[in-house]
Amino acid sequence: MANNTAQIIQEKSHPMEDLLRMDRMPHIWCSGCGLGSAVTTFVEGLKKAGVSYDKTAIVSGIGCTGRVAGYLRLDSYHTTHGRAIPFATGLKLANRDLTVFVFSGDGDLFAIGGNHLIHAARRNVDINVICVNNFIYGMTGGQNAPTTPLGAYSSTAPYGNYEMPFNLVGLAAASGASYVARWTTAHARRLTNSIATAANKKGFCFIEIVSPCATVFARKNMGGTGLDLLKEFQTRAIIDHDADPTQIPLSMDNEIVCGEFVNEDRPTFWENVQGGIKNRLEKFSNWEEMQSNSRKITHKKDRKYTSSIDV
Amino acid sequence: MFQKSRLHGEFFMQGDIACAEGALAAGCRFFGGYPITPASEIAERMAMRLPLLRGVFIQYEDEIASMAGILGASWAGMKSMTATSGPGISLMNENIGLGMMMEAPCVVVNVQRGSPSTGLPTTWGQSDMMQARWGSHGDYGSISLVPNSPQEFFDLTITAFNFSEKYRLPVFLMADALVGHMTEKVVIPKVEELEIINRKYTNKTPKDYLAYDYDESLIPDFAKAGDGYRYHTTGLTHDRRGYPDMTVECQEELVPRLVNKIKNNINDISLTEEYDIERADVIVISYGITSRTILPAITMAKKKGIKVGYLRLKTVWPFPDEKIRKLSEKVAGFVVPEMNLGQISLEVERCAHNNSLVKLVPHPGGGIHKFEDVLHAIEEVVHGK
Repeated sequence: MANNTAQIIQEKSHPMEDLLRMDRMPHIWCSGCGLGSAVTTFVEGLKKAGVSYDKTAIVSGIGCTGRVAGYLRLDSYHTTHGRAIPFATGLKLANRDLTVFVFSGDGDLFAIGGNHLIHAARRNVDINVICVNNFIYGMTGGQNAPTTPLGAYSSTAPYGNYEMPFNLVGLAAASGASYVARWTTAHARRLTNSIATAANKKGFCFIEIVSPCATVFARKNMGGTGLDLLKEFQTRAIIDHDADPTQIPLSMDNEIVCGEFVNEDRPTFWENVQGGIKNRLEKFSNWEEMQSNSRKITHKKDRKYTSSIDV
Repeated sequence: MFQKSRLHGEFFMQGDIACAEGALAAGCRFFGGYPITPASEIAERMAMRLPLLRGVFIQYEDEIASMAGILGASWAGMKSMTATSGPGISLMNENIGLGMMMEAPCVVVNVQRGSPSTGLPTTWGQSDMMQARWGSHGDYGSISLVPNSPQEFFDLTITAFNFSEKYRLPVFLMADALVGHMTEKVVIPKVEELEIINRKYTNKTPKDYLAYDYDESLIPDFAKAGDGYRYHTTGLTHDRRGYPDMTVECQEELVPRLVNKIKNNINDISLTEEYDIERADVIVISYGITSRTILPAITMAKKKGIKVGYLRLKTVWPFPDEKIRKLSEKVAGFVVPEMNLGQISLEVERCAHNNSLVKLVPHPGGGIHKFEDVLHAIEEVVHGK
């Protein structure tokens, strides 16, 4: 079957082959997985954004979504678990001409890598983070994630999950991201637009993609195929751009509030660096002066100093 | 712009500052780090200096991020560095392994303190030497340089960058708090007087380029992000294209290459300083600050008529196996004073291989060896005890 598929793919040209590594197909993802839609919308989003593919880099962590970097024909980096964001930060700051995307999963970005995400958002580094949220650890066989809804079953929560999950968009917005959006894989067109917006927007952009995992999450919980889950997303999802991102957590059966919740312009890390240097250079004419001025301490005249050596 | 953006001349300079200046002279333009005693001065100096040289300084949220960040910067084509101490290295080790696997040139400075865990933050030790070799999981070749003075901290920082660029891997600079916080005369030559090696960029077209294709040097040519090569890199076992390939054949090709690219070049990498070893009965092998604190013991031994030689390792990893093996056939034994409870002495024992005695003079760190102890060990070896 796999060989047959590969043969067909090789014989016929694929509409996305300028951005996909066709020599790596077929991919490893399960049937019914939302990652196919996520990658398709990403490719469409990049085309729409009009960015140079040669100047676009993609960084992934570890996990099912961590494999995305390997399938995209861009400068692609498959790094360690949770560390895609600091790696991407280094890449972007060292070459500011690049458009840098981080493409990873909820466990990678919010459990092991959670600290990096909030700090990158706080710094407002000019990178774009796409988080595919399937509510579970897929690659390792269905263990509990920081997004697993309260009461949901996983292979490490056989009595139902007893931890409150993170609300990803709320956390990103509260940490200072310039752009925050949430869509499901059923919102292909709107998600494509969001990715195009993020590609051209400066500052830290965060997009959550709520994605079906039929193989482990659904099997341990509501059951059903990938298509069933997509239909469920369609019935549960509402679009409300004005929603407060901190007030729209996800659970097993509530509304999935989607939309572009934050779209602001605030100075990026690099703009602040440049501003700081400029201020300092205007004030002092040379390095010695800058050092001595920064260390000059003014004391009150009447203050008396004693030293143990003098006594 | 500020006139003193590039320094040269004679300075009364702290070791950590000399390290930062060495990095700048070598062309380092990206520093990612996290504050930690006794390495913070390196970050502070870089924070002051890099922006004036159009470089990037970023204080990350932890050492894990710092290490990941300098790898990212390295792929963007910048020479990058981080500096920390033992606890920070423990956090960095996973991504140091990623750097070894991805073959990303960068420099990791460890200004060592003593003992496990938080230990002695403000004083020194040499107890991370084995960690530098085996800290990250899996097999890989690694390079560790050990300076014993602020001047050498400056010089070896440049050498560390040269090795990292030449052999494409993270290189360790294993200083200690005593060298890092010591202030001495440091001579900084003009940039044009320094030997600076830059990584070899590919001259192939993107169509013909394979990210991990190599020749007999075993070192792949580099292509940086944004140049249109659009290659893949991964921490997974990968083929010459950089694509994941978890077959035994691929593993058998990749991992031995990571070890052999260093092993085959040991003569180039191994830097030592030696005195009187040709006619010696006993050789003192030391490295880092210990090589200076035990000098009185050698002088005293010579006064007593003992034929004592002195071998200082500036490169500890890769270990100069062959050199020690040959020496072990000629001498009565080796004395290895080090500021740990026996790490490099184990390597010397391995190489001496029962040909001669090996005597460790341990010190747990935080102070310096009593030279009487070293002298005693020298005498014991001469008398065959």
